Amino acid sequence: MSTPSDNRARDECLDDRVKEPTDSPIIHVASRGIAPVILLIGMYVFFHGHYSPGGGFQGGVIIAAGILLLRLSLGTSLSQAIMPSRVALRLSAAGALIFAGVGLLAVLMGGNYLDYHFLPIPGLTPDYLRYYGILAVEVGVTLTVMTTLVAIYDDLAGC
Amino acid sequence: MKAALQYILLAAFFGVLLATVVELPPRGDLNSPVHQTVTPVGSPVAGTYYIQNAYKDTRTPNMVTVILGDYRSIDTLGETIVIFAGGMACFFILNTRRRKP
Repeated sequence: MSTPSDNRARDECLDDRVKEPTDSPIIHVASRGIAPVILLIGMYVFFHGHYSPGGGFQGGVIIAAGILLLRLSLGTSLSQAIMPSRVALRLSAAGALIFAGVGLLAVLMGGNYLDYHFLPIPGLTPDYLRYYGILAVEVGVTLTVMTTLVAIYDDLAGC
Repeated sequence: MKAALQYILLAAFFGVLLATVVELPPRGDLNSPVHQTVTPVGSPVAGTYYIQNAYKDTRTPNMVTVILGDYRSIDTLGETIVIFAGGMACFFILNTRRRKP
């Protein structure tokens, strides 16, 4: 469980209380049971955004809520395994780059910016190209929203 | 005096909004401007195109996702970058990792 990066994060905490697990066994066990369900619902809301209310922003926020529940109950050092503090903001930038990169890919293939019709996926009709283009864009949105919320919590907690 | 002025201003705005709401077309009125396929000046309404062609263009039943992710995707890109910029601002203002001795 304890890796060098965990120790580094533990040493850099300003406030020792945010890195320790909660004393209450009820909160401990309940949060460990509920958090995977929240993550699963977040994935469902994200992937089912094509067919029902949902999508990148909503799914990302729900996934971030699951991670932050673990941050609050297990403490910042034990919950580094699910989302390390130092990669959160980098993944956020990666999400925005995925979004912009899909648009630039369409430009390189000869279309307009963010025109998914020109994405280089063989064997798909234009309507299904747009279907998967929207999905790729939503991946970027989800990644950015989820990791930004976690990064803001980590900045506030000083870990 | 100041408080009385504030209440008078509030009452005036309330009256303006009330007069506006009373004049709105009834919900579901087919003759209201938002439900026409062409605007009063003769240009086509964008929402009509979205409603009629969203599924044909993308095979995605959720029209809102199509508008956010395809027709208005540059707007969504801007929203994503705003969220990322917010995270970066919080990082530079709140992060105290390096300042610790």
